[in-house]
Amino acid sequence: MGVAVSIQQLEKKFGGLKALAGVSLDILEGEFFGLLGPNGAGKTTLISCLAGLARPDAGALTVLGRDVVADYREARRLLGVVPQELVFDPFFTVRETLRIQSGYFDLRDNDDWIDEILANLDLADKADTNMRRLSGGMKRRVLVAQALVHKPPVIVLDEPTAGVDVELRQGLWQFIRRLNSEGHTIILTTHYLEEAEALCGRIAMLQQGRIVALDSTANLLREFSGHTLSLRLAGDSALPAAIAALASRQQAGAWQLRLPDFAAVERVLAALRENGLSIEDMRLTPPDLEEVFIRIMQKGRSA
Amino acid sequence: MTGFRTLLWKELLRFWKVSFQTVAAPVITALLYLLIFSHVLDAHVRVYESVRYTAFLIPGLVMMSVLQNAFANSSSSLIQSKVTGSLVFVLLPPISYLEFFLAYVIAAAIRGVVVGLGVLAVTVWFAPPGFEQPLWIFVFALLGGAIMGALGVVAGIWADKFDQLAGFQNFLVLPLTMLSGVFYSIHSLPPFWQQVSHLNPVFYMIDGFRYGFFGVSDVSPLLSLAVVGAAFIGVSAFSLALLKRGYKLRN
Repeated sequence: MGVAVSIQQLEKKFGGLKALAGVSLDILEGEFFGLLGPNGAGKTTLISCLAGLARPDAGALTVLGRDVVADYREARRLLGVVPQELVFDPFFTVRETLRIQSGYFDLRDNDDWIDEILANLDLADKADTNMRRLSGGMKRRVLVAQALVHKPPVIVLDEPTAGVDVELRQGLWQFIRRLNSEGHTIILTTHYLEEAEALCGRIAMLQQGRIVALDSTANLLREFSGHTLSLRLAGDSALPAAIAALASRQQAGAWQLRLPDFAAVERVLAALRENGLSIEDMRLTPPDLEEVFIRIMQKGRSA
Repeated sequence: MTGFRTLLWKELLRFWKVSFQTVAAPVITALLYLLIFSHVLDAHVRVYESVRYTAFLIPGLVMMSVLQNAFANSSSSLIQSKVTGSLVFVLLPPISYLEFFLAYVIAAAIRGVVVGLGVLAVTVWFAPPGFEQPLWIFVFALLGGAIMGALGVVAGIWADKFDQLAGFQNFLVLPLTMLSGVFYSIHSLPPFWQQVSHLNPVFYMIDGFRYGFFGVSDVSPLLSLAVVGAAFIGVSAFSLALLKRGYKLRN
């Protein structure tokens, strides 16, 4: 499988601030790739450089082998970007907006595909409504539609679900998943980590303009998370010394124990029994990306 | 080429959809100028030997409207889409900076000419100015509109806020157009101010345009064409250099 997006030693400064400090990354064709990081980590700057909205200070970016500066016309034709800000042109209806956007990409008579996008994004009945009259969620959907008019093989979604209700979010992901299964490469940034966990096969985490983690979602979960055992002990007792090392934090009166493997459950229970402690409540939760994220960010800060 | 044509079409549609404000309003403004100034001055002022003041004023008002509206079109479109963020829709597609420039400038010139025709249509009845050299009329209207359209692109790119653009408009465009001989022949000015007027490129746009109507003008139409042509090349080159660098648009 070929490389969809290649980023080599990308650097970008804004005044004295280093937004990107040498990022290198290859995203393969057909991947559903997650780009995560706290606000100001450089995610949007990275996307701006890829889309030609910002000029890199150093480094190179290609989309399916086309350099985004030297061969910008081809590179932009291959790329569809859903911007983070909720922007729209107030002069036009939804259909006019999409026809104009098609024209910008040298496409005429694109109405069949426009109708298909509208149907999939549940916008068909708003086709002739002026953009100004749409709700925030609807405008967000039109932004997605605009990024798709030219059927780009590489689709970048910069926080597409911010402020979007649950039902629409489901519909949107269904559509994006379908595009992914048809071969489109998807690059997603989001603050909803459960979404990234459910959708992305591979994830890069950015912190202060650097990549601090890059691996498959499964590997990240395995390496940095693991199952968590939540325990509430009768009489709010402390944990026995033998298992105290497993405790990661105490939340709402319950101890959170990180289990390296399932055999550890036995050791925990044995220790409690030996110390005569009884359990009031117990829950086993699977690994989650939020914990991975927090741990990686903490590690990055202390480094 | 479809990308360029679409952008041009979008820019035309943008002003046409609000034509009450972008075409009708400036036509009314020009009509008011004509009614007031011709009422006060027509009996007292005669500009060239044979030309009534009202007839003299009409081409000036037409050209002033062309220039101001061409500037308004590209500058307001750019600042609006910059402030709302919708400029991103034009920056993401495969449109070159030259196509970008041409689309905004041509749309601006067309808006200017449309408003100019509107002004001419409502004012020509007061004192038909005669159309001695139609080709000069056409060339100066188009070049003037293009220059101001290109200047509007520069202003729209440079300004971050609406009041910065208003400053550009009020402290540069308005004085340059008002003090260019729209309302008077510069021969009526004291020698010093005549000299100053000769430094204003807008003076040559109006004077050359007026030559097309009367066959007489303050300076030679060829000189006007040379100055206006040079201004067009200068402003366009500056505007294209900003666009090529991505100044404030792709930073």
